[in-house]
Amino acid sequence: MKQDLIIAGVGGQGILTIAELIARSAVRAGLNIKQSEVHGMAQRGGAVVAHLRISSEKVHADLVPRGQAALILAVEPLEALRQLPYLGPKGWVVTNTTPVRNIDTYPPVDRIRDELRRAPQALLLDADALARQAGSGRTMNVVVLGAAAHALALPDSMLEQSLQERFTPKGDEVVQMNLRAFALGRQTASNQ
Amino acid sequence: MTTTVLLGDEAIAQGALDAGIAGCYAYPGTPSTEIMEFIQRAPETRDRGVHAQWSSNEKTAMEAALGVSYTGRRALVCMKHVGLNVAADGFVNAAITGAIGGLVVAVADDPSMHSSQNEQDSRFYAEFAHVPCLEPTDQQEAYDITRHAFELSEKHRVPVLVRLTTRLAHSRANLRRAAPCSGETGVRIPSDPTRFVLLPGNARRNYGELLDKQDAFVQESTASPFNAFLPGEDTSLGVLAAGIAFNYVMESFDGACPHPVLKISQYPLPTDLLRRFLDSCERILVAEEGWPFIENKLHGPLGPDSRILGRRTGALPREGELTPESVAAALGRPVPTPAESELLCSRPPRLCRGCPHADAFRVLNEVMAPVGPGHVFSDIGCYTLGALPPYSAINTCVDMGASISMAKGAADAGLRPAVAVIGDSTFTHSGMTPLLDAVWENTPVTILILDNATTGMTGGQDSPATGRLTGIAAGLGVPEEHIRILVPLAKHHEENVAALRHEVFEWDGPSVVVFQRECVQTLARKRKRHGT
Repeated sequence: MKQDLIIAGVGGQGILTIAELIARSAVRAGLNIKQSEVHGMAQRGGAVVAHLRISSEKVHADLVPRGQAALILAVEPLEALRQLPYLGPKGWVVTNTTPVRNIDTYPPVDRIRDELRRAPQALLLDADALARQAGSGRTMNVVVLGAAAHALALPDSMLEQSLQERFTPKGDEVVQMNLRAFALGRQTASNQ
Repeated sequence: MTTTVLLGDEAIAQGALDAGIAGCYAYPGTPSTEIMEFIQRAPETRDRGVHAQWSSNEKTAMEAALGVSYTGRRALVCMKHVGLNVAADGFVNAAITGAIGGLVVAVADDPSMHSSQNEQDSRFYAEFAHVPCLEPTDQQEAYDITRHAFELSEKHRVPVLVRLTTRLAHSRANLRRAAPCSGETGVRIPSDPTRFVLLPGNARRNYGELLDKQDAFVQESTASPFNAFLPGEDTSLGVLAAGIAFNYVMESFDGACPHPVLKISQYPLPTDLLRRFLDSCERILVAEEGWPFIENKLHGPLGPDSRILGRRTGALPREGELTPESVAAALGRPVPTPAESELLCSRPPRLCRGCPHADAFRVLNEVMAPVGPGHVFSDIGCYTLGALPPYSAINTCVDMGASISMAKGAADAGLRPAVAVIGDSTFTHSGMTPLLDAVWENTPVTILILDNATTGMTGGQDSPATGRLTGIAAGLGVPEEHIRILVPLAKHHEENVAALRHEVFEWDGPSVVVFQRECVQTLARKRKRHGT
């Protein structure tokens, strides 16, 4: 078993939390991981990406080679587009469609969506709206995780267990909200 | 033995804790910051009373750690690559005094300059100081190598440098911890009282001893479990892979490289292994992260040698980080070249919404408008983003503290007005001594200290400057009436402009204007912690 993932977004959108949740689940499943992250200046509203590699064998490089990712999970459409060169021939793009327009030169979002839909397999969703439905806009990253869960080589139950562990220190309300967000994302994917 | 998942930085921290350090000493700097942060959070730090407070800069960190080693106890020092420039005086001379308790210097290089001003390669510093250097390939080795480095340091009584690069520092993987060292060592006075007194007579003796150890260091590298000669059938090419580059070589062949591979993770280079390797292959590709450090040695002074390929010859890119693609291409493996979308545009970092620096820059720009650009010298921190639109407020960023020294030099040369913009933590790191120079000569420079009560860019570490800035300025001799505290908020804009304008244009000596308001990031975290 071997799966390469790219997780992308804008600094502050919870990209590293998503990477951590998937990595935690993979480790619980007894798999090897390497997860390369961006720290430092770029986290101040810049483009942020995590490379996550999961395997039953030894993982060599910390970075995913281009053209090899099974999934690009993005919480922002322009950042999904930026990572497309990493996508494998049968790979999935699962992305939030709500743009973060913190630059003057932001391209027309319709054209970004059109390009993303040309990926081998694509799921575009308004995760911000679903997150509000779950109880808080801040669960947007977990909605996207739920929508991408079908493309991960890990059972949903493990991801949900990781969500519980991760948010338990913040109280039961936050745990339930994130489980709702995960389920809403999951449901959107299965309705497509 | 327990298994865990750690960043490369955290693996070094855990290795040092399990090696029984008495203290960690560091100044924050990407990509090294997470080493100290892990030690600060670790339960054994509290249980054993391990020293885990930040130092004012890398030099004080290095020297404090040498002080720990002097007492016979173990210490870890951590910094980013350019931090070693600041610590170099202590580092190089620590090789001359030698270590007693294990002394390990962990330095994280930043090729591709993700968060840095250059991509210098710290292996040169280890060679320069005549000390061993270890370079892990992965997180497990980062842990194992750190523990090994303490043993090596005590066995040969020298500081040992552990070098890592951004990609390993900030990548996490599974690793196995070994049993921690048992047994606390108490404080001891060195048995040889002259060893740490580098008067010329003692220094010459110590230096001779250090030179005598060099052969033993090479033997250690030959016997090292971290260096390995892996045989391969196709000897038309041999691959010398150092540190993290080894991973990319293995990735290129899915773990089964047909060529002989010499894996290097311990320096000085193991001469016997190297000779066997060179003799067994027709041509050699040197894959190393950073500068062509090993490659240039193989070319020799008359190079380039056509047998040797690498970053200098163009087989691999001369600049920036290695990637799976660049190494695969150098090994003749197929590399996909998917086109990027034409819609893409870059998304550089920017100041946060509500950042106090933004208000300070608006004040500064209004005050400086009559003289135009070119008068503002700045420094290293989040506020360096003030060089970009919409602020375009600062004209330099060179090294820690250079804002004040460069403003002084420019004022000496006749530039009027000359203004420096520096953060609170950068000021206590390296800004106090140039301020003293300006006070001493009554140089007309206006120094803005942007005091957000934290070391912001590296993630909000405590700053020793907090609550001490005006006292420091007064203590260094800045006249009290030219030390001002302003609050960078839009509602104070007009009065701030008037106050700053007075210091810049109406006073012909040094002044310190502190723009004081807490970083919005640390403030938000504090409020979250306290549930408000």
